[in-house]
Amino acid sequence: MTENARPVRLTPAGASRSKFWIGGLLIVAAIVYLIASSTSAAAQYYMTVDELQAQGAAVAGRNLKLSGAVDGATVAYDSKTLTLQFTIANVPGDMDEIERAGGLAEVLHQAVVNPDAARLSVIYVGPKPDLLRNEAQAIVTGHLGDDGVFYADELLLKCPTRYEEQVPAQSVEG
Amino acid sequence: MVANIGFFALVLAFAASLYGAAAAAFGSLRRRPAFVESGRHAMLLTWPLVTVAAAAIITLLLTQQYQISYVAAVTSRAMPAYLKVTALWGGQPGSLVFWSWLMSAFATAASLRRWDRDRELLPWVVVVTMVTLAFFLMLVIFFENPFARLWQSIEGQQVTAMFAPAGATPLVPVDGNGLNPLLRHPGMVIHPPMLYLGFVSFVIPYAFAMAAMVTGRTDDRWIRVTRRWTLVAWLFLSLGLILGGRWAYDVLGWGGYWGWDPVEIAAFMPWLSGTAFLHSVMIQEKRGMLKRWNLVLIVLTYALVIFGTFLTRSGVLSSVHAFAQSAIGPLFFGFIGLTLIVSTGLLLHRWNDLRSENQLGSLLSRESLFLLNNLLFMGILIVCFWGVIFPLVSELFTGQKVTVGPPFYERATGPLWAGLLLLMGVAPLAAYGRTAARLLGRALWKPALAAAVVVGVLIARGMTSPAALIGYGLATLTAFVTLFEFARGAWARRVRHGEGLLLALWRMAGRNRRRYGGYIIHLGVVLMAFGIIGIEMFQTETQGTLAQGEQMTLGRYVVVYSSLAQFDTPDDRNVARAVLSVYRDGRYLGELHPRRDYYYASQQPMTIPGVRSTLEDDLYVILVGWEPIAAEGATFKIYHNPLVNFVWFGGIVFILGTLVAAWPERETEPAAARVRSAAAPARA
Repeated sequence: MTENARPVRLTPAGASRSKFWIGGLLIVAAIVYLIASSTSAAAQYYMTVDELQAQGAAVAGRNLKLSGAVDGATVAYDSKTLTLQFTIANVPGDMDEIERAGGLAEVLHQAVVNPDAARLSVIYVGPKPDLLRNEAQAIVTGHLGDDGVFYADELLLKCPTRYEEQVPAQSVEG
Repeated sequence: MVANIGFFALVLAFAASLYGAAAAAFGSLRRRPAFVESGRHAMLLTWPLVTVAAAAIITLLLTQQYQISYVAAVTSRAMPAYLKVTALWGGQPGSLVFWSWLMSAFATAASLRRWDRDRELLPWVVVVTMVTLAFFLMLVIFFENPFARLWQSIEGQQVTAMFAPAGATPLVPVDGNGLNPLLRHPGMVIHPPMLYLGFVSFVIPYAFAMAAMVTGRTDDRWIRVTRRWTLVAWLFLSLGLILGGRWAYDVLGWGGYWGWDPVEIAAFMPWLSGTAFLHSVMIQEKRGMLKRWNLVLIVLTYALVIFGTFLTRSGVLSSVHAFAQSAIGPLFFGFIGLTLIVSTGLLLHRWNDLRSENQLGSLLSRESLFLLNNLLFMGILIVCFWGVIFPLVSELFTGQKVTVGPPFYERATGPLWAGLLLLMGVAPLAAYGRTAARLLGRALWKPALAAAVVVGVLIARGMTSPAALIGYGLATLTAFVTLFEFARGAWARRVRHGEGLLLALWRMAGRNRRRYGGYIIHLGVVLMAFGIIGIEMFQTETQGTLAQGEQMTLGRYVVVYSSLAQFDTPDDRNVARAVLSVYRDGRYLGELHPRRDYYYASQQPMTIPGVRSTLEDDLYVILVGWEPIAAEGATFKIYHNPLVNFVWFGGIVFILGTLVAAWPERETEPAAARVRSAAAPARA
């Protein structure tokens, strides 16, 4: 069909090579530009509740991503307006700190039962996620309103496969 | 007892894999074929041994031995038997054993071929596959043991260990936790095995590539030998990704199928380098060029396969797939680092032997376009990789963790995907060596005109989004070019052999399965592109509360809430099921039944949408909430997803195309009807 069996040597190596190098560099430059511009356009600061409260006004209005433990007692859902309200308690961001404290499930539990843990009120409009429950880890994306409430555009709950590593409470000695 | 047998089988397999690698390497370096044979035999032992271990786990799962920590974690009494079996890959330890089982199976399969022409490659294929297997078995035996039992120590603490700690008594829970209901969807059952099949099969071409570099066989032999492996690996990986998307669409209830979640990207990255590799090797076979590229691409694919397994298993990055934290993170990292160092070292060692046999002719030659193809795929790969590691990098350098969400990926990769769509349309028409722009233009102008007509029609019908218009235009261009290739070839056959059109198509594709299978795959991709553009750019949604008899409107659709029933089912869940009537342009279309299941055992609710699917669009309805006592009002969220079924349909075409491309070719062409003589020469 369109196959060409003979190798074709056309112009001297130098002249034709530069065409390809320039073309290649242009493409690389385009990719770098795409990455840089998209990063700055879509960057979200990822923080814990403590860090947010420490930074306060500095990040007001910015697009933020927060993680925290859901306090089941504070979950309120108005299914007519699809408005979900709940409070998240501070969970440390550092993995090592979490491991030392006994694992993520333990840390989430401690965060919710500890009355001194920093808390943040979250409002989200949309269907209530199936995974939302007490001590679940929530990752909310949105911005901090002037009223100190976090208005979430996106709400992500972590899939609780991790919790299945824990053994159920009931057991008998065999 | 069963657990002990399984554990010892793993230990023996580990020892066999280590010995196999060592013996094969020693035998090759010291030219002692007996050791190579011994190493190969050790490798052949690994699969039966790991099979015993996997069978042991499945037996424990089916017989509900809850003293085994893993069994208690992933099964429960209420689960049906088939789900208990698939719970093998429901958690970390079991899935690592499954990975190892696949690795030993493929290594065995690879070794069972005829090695006459490539005797020197065999030892190193054994070395690479066995080292990989040994790594995963080491992780299982020392860190994620699926056979570990639960004990109560003297102090009353719960301990997990293989054998009884001093003075401890066995701890046997009454029932297990059971698999999270979200994972019980049929798509979710096959999705991990498909991905693992894809991941593990890519190890074989990598092993041959390493063998080629070690032995200096830098010609294209290793590529020819692994051609089908690569295609099959790519098939499974693609299938796994598509199934994952379908599951998300069916069950997660957010009206989408791909969230640019780090774990999704982890499986996507090897697919990107794998696809580039799949194309690039054709140039090495036909023109002896891009040799260094191909080695870089296969090394990258292998590293990304391990990295992908690492990302889903170590909890390093936040994602919806929150698997447990464990110590294996640094080990994975170390292994990847080691393989990259060794592979790069070998590549640099053979650098000069990998010089191209031909020059790049013109910018529009086929080789040149394939090079561009590699660059674009690598570009998308780098964008994905950057997005995934950005939080780690930003934290390292600025102390503040910064993430990037889906908009980053969409913005940065959009133009690159468009470039690939264009290439899919242009490259088949380009010739090897020199291609005058004029020649290419002559071949392209008709499909380009057809695409322009389609874009014109879309504009006339009110479409204004430039991205969508460009996307549809390019997809149409490629569709026409590809269909034209089929038509041209079939017509030529028809003229020459007098065959009917269908027979001509069949025979033509049969004679050159790789090319025409590839074209079918491209058609599948084009269909998927139509679907993706449709849903991504033109999805609409609405939500609201309805009393019985009330209705909600979205575009041309009207949805009327009829009734809701709530009841318990025998398999321990509570179901709330709504009945809705759907109308379009006033015409009654049928009923939809979105529902909400609540699993008592795990206290896990699950939203299942009611969907009306046609090729044109999906009407996707979720039951969000309801008033239990009065059963009067219920809240619904409705999505209208145009063209989304093109994604799944395109996926099927895609898979069929891969089967065509991978189908073994007959060694000789059957003699044409007019030549009846038995002296027809057989072609080698």
